[in-house]
Amino acid sequence: MQDIIDKLSRLIRDAAAQKRPLCIRGGGTKDFYGGPVHGYKLNTGDYRGIVDYEPTELVITARAGTPLAEIEAALRQKGQMLAFEPPQFGEGSTLGGCVATGLSGPRRPYSGAVRDFVLGVRILDGKGDDLRFGGQVMKNVAGYDVSRLITGSLGTLGVLLEVSLKVLPLPVSETTLRLKCTEAEAIERMNRWAAQPLPITATAYRDGDLGVRLSGARVAVEAAAKKIGGAPVAPAQAEHFWTGIREQTDPSFAGDAPLWRLSVKSTTPPLALPGQQLIEWGGALRWLKSGADAKTVRDAATRAGGHATLFRGGDKTIGVFHPLPPALMKLHRNLKQAFDPAGILNPGRLYADL
Amino acid sequence: MTAVAEQVAVDFARQREVVAALRAFLPQSSILFDHEDVKPYECDGLTAYRQVPMVVALPETEDQVCRILKTCHALKVPVVARGAGTGLSGGALPLGNGVLLSLAKFKRIVEIDERARIARVQPGVRNLAISEAVAPLGLYYAPDPSSQSACTIGGNVAENSGGVHCLKYGLTVHNILRLRVATVEGDIVEIGSEALDAAGYDLLALITGSEGLLAVILEVTVRLLPKPEYAQVVMAAFDDIEKAGQSVANVIAAGIIPAGFEMMDQAATRAVEGFARAGYRTDVAAVLLCETDGTREEVADEIRRVQELMDASGAVQTEVSRDEAQRLRFWAGRKAAFPAAGAISPDYYCMDGTIPRRRIAEVLRRITQLETKYGLRCANVFHAGDGNLHPLILYDANLPGELDRTEAFGAEILELCLEVGGTITGEHGVGVEKINSMCVQFKPAELEAFHRVKRAFDERGLLNPGKAVPTLTRCAEYGRMHVHRGQEKFPDLPRF
Repeated sequence: MQDIIDKLSRLIRDAAAQKRPLCIRGGGTKDFYGGPVHGYKLNTGDYRGIVDYEPTELVITARAGTPLAEIEAALRQKGQMLAFEPPQFGEGSTLGGCVATGLSGPRRPYSGAVRDFVLGVRILDGKGDDLRFGGQVMKNVAGYDVSRLITGSLGTLGVLLEVSLKVLPLPVSETTLRLKCTEAEAIERMNRWAAQPLPITATAYRDGDLGVRLSGARVAVEAAAKKIGGAPVAPAQAEHFWTGIREQTDPSFAGDAPLWRLSVKSTTPPLALPGQQLIEWGGALRWLKSGADAKTVRDAATRAGGHATLFRGGDKTIGVFHPLPPALMKLHRNLKQAFDPAGILNPGRLYADL
Repeated sequence: MTAVAEQVAVDFARQREVVAALRAFLPQSSILFDHEDVKPYECDGLTAYRQVPMVVALPETEDQVCRILKTCHALKVPVVARGAGTGLSGGALPLGNGVLLSLAKFKRIVEIDERARIARVQPGVRNLAISEAVAPLGLYYAPDPSSQSACTIGGNVAENSGGVHCLKYGLTVHNILRLRVATVEGDIVEIGSEALDAAGYDLLALITGSEGLLAVILEVTVRLLPKPEYAQVVMAAFDDIEKAGQSVANVIAAGIIPAGFEMMDQAATRAVEGFARAGYRTDVAAVLLCETDGTREEVADEIRRVQELMDASGAVQTEVSRDEAQRLRFWAGRKAAFPAAGAISPDYYCMDGTIPRRRIAEVLRRITQLETKYGLRCANVFHAGDGNLHPLILYDANLPGELDRTEAFGAEILELCLEVGGTITGEHGVGVEKINSMCVQFKPAELEAFHRVKRAFDERGLLNPGKAVPTLTRCAEYGRMHVHRGQEKFPDLPRF
């Protein structure tokens, strides 16, 4: 495996010397996400396999090219899971892509995001140096938290080689309930429930239906189900529903209109924007299928205390991610310079000048 | 601990220059520079290191903080930010040529949003004060470092503080949403948002735990959680460390994530029992506390399983807290571990490594061997849930050579933590205390990357310089004495 690292490192050094952009690629399932993809393909898919997994430590370490499906299968076998429920968006999706995009699924507001579970990384920086940050233990404050900085940086700061993640036990029991209500009622309920000690692990609202997933000890799930009310959904149907939200195969994501992701304060009232919306994350995430212009969408997200991403489709030249204030952008540029002085790692994938 | 203990004398001409510049916008009462006024700031919770600061500034407004930073930046004066000064790694140790920036006056809870379950607080608000303020709403702020009645949220962010409930509820980084910070140039930047994520790099995570080297924290937005309905604790006694360690693995393997999971060795339980009368057995090798929380039904179910697992793991005794009073009594012992160590020894030195849980028995055995080697006693308390080990080395600073031996003992424990796959600091931070051990944990290219991160925020190196990340020169000097895992760490550096 060291030969693969040596080869990747050599390719990075050569590219840096010639200022030739590299496009880091694992399974290629998330090419649609972020700014335009260009440059010489740096394939990380060969650097794969689980390095260390000790269930009683609640930690797994795997190479970036390891398919997510392989990791999730290994965990399931021991009754554990990736609690941030990463979306795969297609076959062959890898751990590296999961961490580089930093995307989390329906469980995120209740268990945490990818970045909350990342304990350590091994990367090649923009000079081809092989560096390790963080570690394989839960609590570690030695050095700056570069592992979490790398998470979600879309490959612009380094090429992921290995990642250590905290894992959690699979819940013993699970129930999904469906309630009929308006959008405003749904937002109100999601927030009210979140203030109570209820074992909620996912919420989603679309077209008059509010779905709530409860997970945990059987007694706790049963007691909470009584409190929440609504109609229980058959397990297979529930599984299909939450997979549809996580993988965006649910009908609300269909159609040609651009897909916007608005990450907002959870109590934000219904957003008066044209197009179709799906709400999840306890009200904190609003998916919008809409042809509305970028300024309208971004202004709405800003007013709601958050930010908007042009997630799929649309005109990427307007900038996929929410523009940053100048002082913040300056810090981003400085950090890019610190990790990738030649500016060759996935340039433009996050922001045009990174 | 003696490595940086040389006091730097104050340059009075420089002091006059800085004081004059600060007086342009700060009231006289907000600037301290007389020796007796600045003396109380000479150390934080790590009292072995002391340094009187050149000037102490006590601003009351964000604007004043920014102007202090601008002034210091222009004059190239280093700045050390300080909250309550309870840190255990010397992160707030002043500089003799610098300004100590106290955020003590920033004590306001700015906003509590009950519906959104967030609170916006100033950096000088005490950790416990947040939970107390939101308790009537049935909410609380989860991270609970043992110093929570005194330590401030600003310091918690700077150190990424944990507590006994980390395994289930996370560290500071998992429980904050947004930071308002001032850069070294005195510009205000908002990091994160009231949403669950923010556009761009995760600077929220990067600044959390950066020990005051990247920015000064002006305001923190924390997440509040619903208070669990009920909690109960199992106390289990083991006559064998190996079995105690295995019981921890057995509970986790059974799919249980306890809210708190603590282990004390015999030296620790004996110290604690004499001090706090918590009801621990003192004739056993280890005592474990395992707490679960949630609904009553959930807790009843989980506690029963925990007790069964402990019994099956070979506990010589298990006891479930009958009521809240007994639960708190069980915890009172663990929480008194540090003062209890102080009561049985003139001085103690608290270490803070993290190890993979499964190595605990081996690590404790080797610490016992080191006790013989150094001729010093050591009591061990262990956050068994998350692998964070606090060996308390007992010593007497008045006995010649004991402090040096303690320091060497501590450094060897940290290297032991690294050897088994852990880290030199789980929650106390590097500060000045563990700066040499950083040379063992990271290779030069990684330390250089840290320095580049620092420069991305603070090109002139004026924010808390000399802490957290060692220079390569320093490592080269330290490396002369230490060869890690049989490898020379700095083969390319000149030796002097």
